[in-house]
Amino acid sequence: MSGPLVEVSHLVKHFVRDAGLFGKGSRVTAVDDVSFSIAEGDTFGLVGESGSGKTTTGRCMLRLIEPTSGAVRFRGDDVLAFSRARMRQARRDMQIVFQDPYSSLNPRMRARQIVEEPLIIHRLGDRDGRRARVAELFHLVGLDPAHLERYPHEFSGGQRQRIGLARALALNPSFLILDEPVSALDVSVQAQVINLLMDLQRQLRLTYLFIAHDLRLVEHICARVAVMYLGRIVEMGTTAAIFEAPQHPYTRALLSAIPVPDPDARRQRIELDPTAVNRTAALREITAGHWAAV
Amino acid sequence: MNDERRTTNDQRPTTNDHRLLTVDHLTTVFDTASGPVPAVDDVSFEIHAGETLGLVGESGSGKSVTALSIMRLVQPPGRIAGGRILFKGQDLLTLNERRMREVRGAEISLIFQEPMTALNPVFTIGDQVAETLIVHGRASRREARAQAVDLLTAVRIPDASSRVRDYPHQLSGGLRQRVLIAMALACRPALVVADEPTTALDVTIQAQILELLRDLKQSFNLSLLLITHDLGVVAETADRVAVMYAGRIVESGPVRAIFRTPQHPYTRGLLASIPGGAPGQPLRAIEGSVPLLGNLPSGCAFTPRCPERFDRCPTAPPPDYAVGADQFAKCYLHDPVGADPRVPPSPGEFAPGYGEARRGAGREGGRPTR
Repeated sequence: MSGPLVEVSHLVKHFVRDAGLFGKGSRVTAVDDVSFSIAEGDTFGLVGESGSGKTTTGRCMLRLIEPTSGAVRFRGDDVLAFSRARMRQARRDMQIVFQDPYSSLNPRMRARQIVEEPLIIHRLGDRDGRRARVAELFHLVGLDPAHLERYPHEFSGGQRQRIGLARALALNPSFLILDEPVSALDVSVQAQVINLLMDLQRQLRLTYLFIAHDLRLVEHICARVAVMYLGRIVEMGTTAAIFEAPQHPYTRALLSAIPVPDPDARRQRIELDPTAVNRTAALREITAGHWAAV
Repeated sequence: MNDERRTTNDQRPTTNDHRLLTVDHLTTVFDTASGPVPAVDDVSFEIHAGETLGLVGESGSGKSVTALSIMRLVQPPGRIAGGRILFKGQDLLTLNERRMREVRGAEISLIFQEPMTALNPVFTIGDQVAETLIVHGRASRREARAQAVDLLTAVRIPDASSRVRDYPHQLSGGLRQRVLIAMALACRPALVVADEPTTALDVTIQAQILELLRDLKQSFNLSLLLITHDLGVVAETADRVAVMYAGRIVESGPVRAIFRTPQHPYTRGLLASIPGGAPGQPLRAIEGSVPLLGNLPSGCAFTPRCPERFDRCPTAPPPDYAVGADQFAKCYLHDPVGADPRVPPSPGEFAPGYGEARRGAGREGGRPTR
């Protein structure tokens, strides 16, 4: 197919803060005119600090949160215009893996049930067919099929994240939103899960939106990246271009703040002067494919 | 082994001869239905005056329990089962609770991870900083208020003289962590124990807080015990490093040696698994998962995940071997006698693999629940 698999254009999400005891309600713009596209088979990174709007953007794309305005096109169709029934169909192809494998799995369900549930909801296969599919998924994510009947608490964090991944893959999606998929895991286990994600991408021709704050990881696995700051994309381009020649003051501050695991590394911290950020500047193309709001 | 360690340390060229803190064979256990489970197992280390020791470990490694043990804040079912904690030559474990309260917060203070929950929401930040001084009898109420402004200025809270009347919810996470640091410094302690002080913060704020801690260490003449899981934070902040795994310190040494020439397979694996190198290539993962407290492998607890196994690893935990100048590793790799058969012939260093699944029920240890 030609054109991007996923295309987000002018996405906006307002949250209305309730009027408290004092004062009136106020409107918060969590996602402010965000546009980007992801080519099939690519990994696109969305980075930014807490509150930058990266998670909200991901959830709006699957309509787990209804965006205020904008468009999300998947294979050319506007997902935001879908009816409920059509949306349910679309979700077979677009899935999300959450950050915290401790709270995102139902503790009362067995691992097998957790992975099987999407198949039941979408009425796919008979009982035996579903069982076979679950065993296949367990194998795919590197879990031992002997542990199918265990409960989430009987698994380690890394294994729980594999269960979440098996569930997300159950319906054979082509697009996965990975929302901080390893940041709750132990350092020594993170690399295993990242390797698994890269393997699965090659095997199953998956397209990823990788939402993360760990910039070292983003640099390693993402082809392109967008940097969000206060709800807006302030810089976007190939990962190599952005890490080599960051243009926006926020990107520069962010990259210079990464702790380097080398005691002899020369560090030059760049502090962000918030007054130096032109909050209304539009993205413009600095070099081919490298955009910055400066 | 610990004697060897001590003599070597004594030969270090230090400007200040006396050790500020000596943790000596500390063992802290959690009593469970199936008996005591060691969370900290025969841990020894020293912190010299003016030094930052980075204590690195994953969940369940015992690094936070070590910090709580030093403060004598371990809550039942946890208890300190053995060892000594010498602070300025005095064993903290022999002090009565009243005397310990004078030490805590005044001579040794603790900075927690969560700046959101460690502050009291109903008092102004100025009151909370002043309270520390008043409780320890360092100042009258009026003097304490004035000193609170000075302390908030020292931790670089902008416009401290008016911010002193702010409540915690009016501050960002980074500013709250600065308030906690101001409280920790109020009584001019000699040692600050910082338990993951930047983990809850964004990376740009983390960089500011680490820089602040480095500067304050100079101006307040502090020693710092910095507990973290982030090797980048350690590389930037610590003078010496101790790496904990499953309750034991498996390697320790000067920061440069630990990062340049790590000698324990766990330290090597941790450093190798950091993303870097060619984008898109598999990372060099450590197989398996962090063992659960109470279900630790016998012998060296890292054996099941180790690419360098020897016959005796699962039976006898290795002692500390001197592996460099002031560098020690608990691994038979460094036994000068050596000549010990390896099992199995190692298939190549840190082969990537999803050992977690193959090995089955290995589980990570969370912090013991209390």
